[in-house]
Amino acid sequence: MSTNHFTPDEMMIVTASRMLANDDVCFVGIGAPSAACNMARLTHAPDITLVYESGTIGTAPDVLPLSIGDGELCDTAVTTVPVPEMFRYWLQGGRITIGFLGAAQLDRFGNINTTAIGTYDNPKVRLPGGGGAPEIASSSQQVYITCKQSPRAFMDKIDFVTSFGHGEGSGHRERLGVNTKGPSLLITDLAVWRPDDETQEFTVRSLHPGVTREQMQASVGWPIRYADEVEETPAPTNSELEVLRDLRARTAAAHQRAET
Amino acid sequence: MTKFLSLHDAVAENLHSGDRAAFEGFTHLIPHAAAHEAIRQGVKELTLIRMTPDVIYDQMIGMGMVKKIIFSYAGNPGVGLLRRLRDAVENDWPRSIEIEEHSHAAMANAYEAGAAGLPCAVFRGYLGAGLKEVNPNIRSITCPFTGEVLAAVPAIKPDVTFIHAQKADQKGNVLIEGIVGIQKEAALAASRAVVTVEEVVDDLDTHPNACILPHWTVTAIAVVPGGAHPSYAHGYYQRDNASYLDWDKIAAGQDTFLAWMDEQVIKAGPEDFANRVSALRDTK
Repeated sequence: MSTNHFTPDEMMIVTASRMLANDDVCFVGIGAPSAACNMARLTHAPDITLVYESGTIGTAPDVLPLSIGDGELCDTAVTTVPVPEMFRYWLQGGRITIGFLGAAQLDRFGNINTTAIGTYDNPKVRLPGGGGAPEIASSSQQVYITCKQSPRAFMDKIDFVTSFGHGEGSGHRERLGVNTKGPSLLITDLAVWRPDDETQEFTVRSLHPGVTREQMQASVGWPIRYADEVEETPAPTNSELEVLRDLRARTAAAHQRAET
Repeated sequence: MTKFLSLHDAVAENLHSGDRAAFEGFTHLIPHAAAHEAIRQGVKELTLIRMTPDVIYDQMIGMGMVKKIIFSYAGNPGVGLLRRLRDAVENDWPRSIEIEEHSHAAMANAYEAGAAGLPCAVFRGYLGAGLKEVNPNIRSITCPFTGEVLAAVPAIKPDVTFIHAQKADQKGNVLIEGIVGIQKEAALAASRAVVTVEEVVDDLDTHPNACILPHWTVTAIAVVPGGAHPSYAHGYYQRDNASYLDWDKIAAGQDTFLAWMDEQVIKAGPEDFANRVSALRDTK
């Protein structure tokens, strides 16, 4: 039961955290994925293995890292390996159960753009680029995505495919020789989506409390498909909200300038 | 044996206009002091290589020293975009730059290939990814045993690599601890390796499997306490996250950027880094 008010962002993080299990080995992107993964660790999945691309394996930070390489990650890790080893043995080697990614732009098949808005050669906005994501998307056993819905982010056609999801739909991964499952879950500030069994198109499985279908369509650039049975996503509990808000308060304090 | 030099001389002897240079560090141990020295010396026409170009590459690009960057993630980690890099790519300010873009897996494998003396790196990657359509250096190779088509990229072999490390001993053996990143590979892949360290000690006091660059792999060492700031040196001082947040505002405008560079880099020196980390020092 939840008696607290909560923000759409808190709803997204808490919902994402619930999708992670104690035995998962999760390759964590910075931002919302990092918050969700650490929420899971601090609530129902204390033994989840969190892996950051800086080489830290089995890390348990007290505050959310600002970057993927904060010292806190190394201090609390089971081990810290060199970056080539991270990508070769641990990711390419198939040991990651869930790659957890964010997105600047996303399409209905879970293809992700974090490279450029506009054309690649003459971009309107040059974004940071893929980093680890292209291979996280193909080498993790499955991929979870978390991203706030907006017409600028949820596009009918994205400007650049940084990380391959289901391509043009069913069978496309297999045709390219990708033998992992790909995007299997999308958690947003409004809904939970999963790929359709036949087409692999993301389909709404549950709407967050109070979210309407009109609100949904206004934030998505393609005609949304809904599952036959659309449920209501359970609201965050008071204790979940307390854990998340404490984590964020600790994080904000830690990222302020040291007193001189 | 390695030479112990002032930072000025270590940079002057080893970095030349037109070089392919890597200033490596994966969030941790980023060689800020060495990059600032390069800026003061007015080196030009560099090809800069780095997996995660962040603030120092934003600064060098904004100062017009760079003709090309080879990279896999160009962002201010956890904060956002690199505004000087964007201005160069989107508006050619202060000059146009060429970009060669990869994924982390590709860059990590390519440095390792460089260190291993191989011409190229082979890995399972870029499957369905758009970068291979825009970067002609991303190619493929077929496994002669299984027939699997794998990605191939050229080995990275910088003319010079700069890294920052915790400490060196009197002979010049260098110890790197914590998030060791890609620095060992980047140093071994390069023709010349320059290391800034927090201190020189009699005994590295470490364990048998520590990450060490033997002195004969290091061209020059300069002692610069605080030389990674606002990045950090594990065991010495913490990451100055507030400075990374500040950089987003400083770099937002050409004027604010140039004023900051003049005050904090051009008119400053390597000796200023120690003060910058004084409030961030680990208590031991």
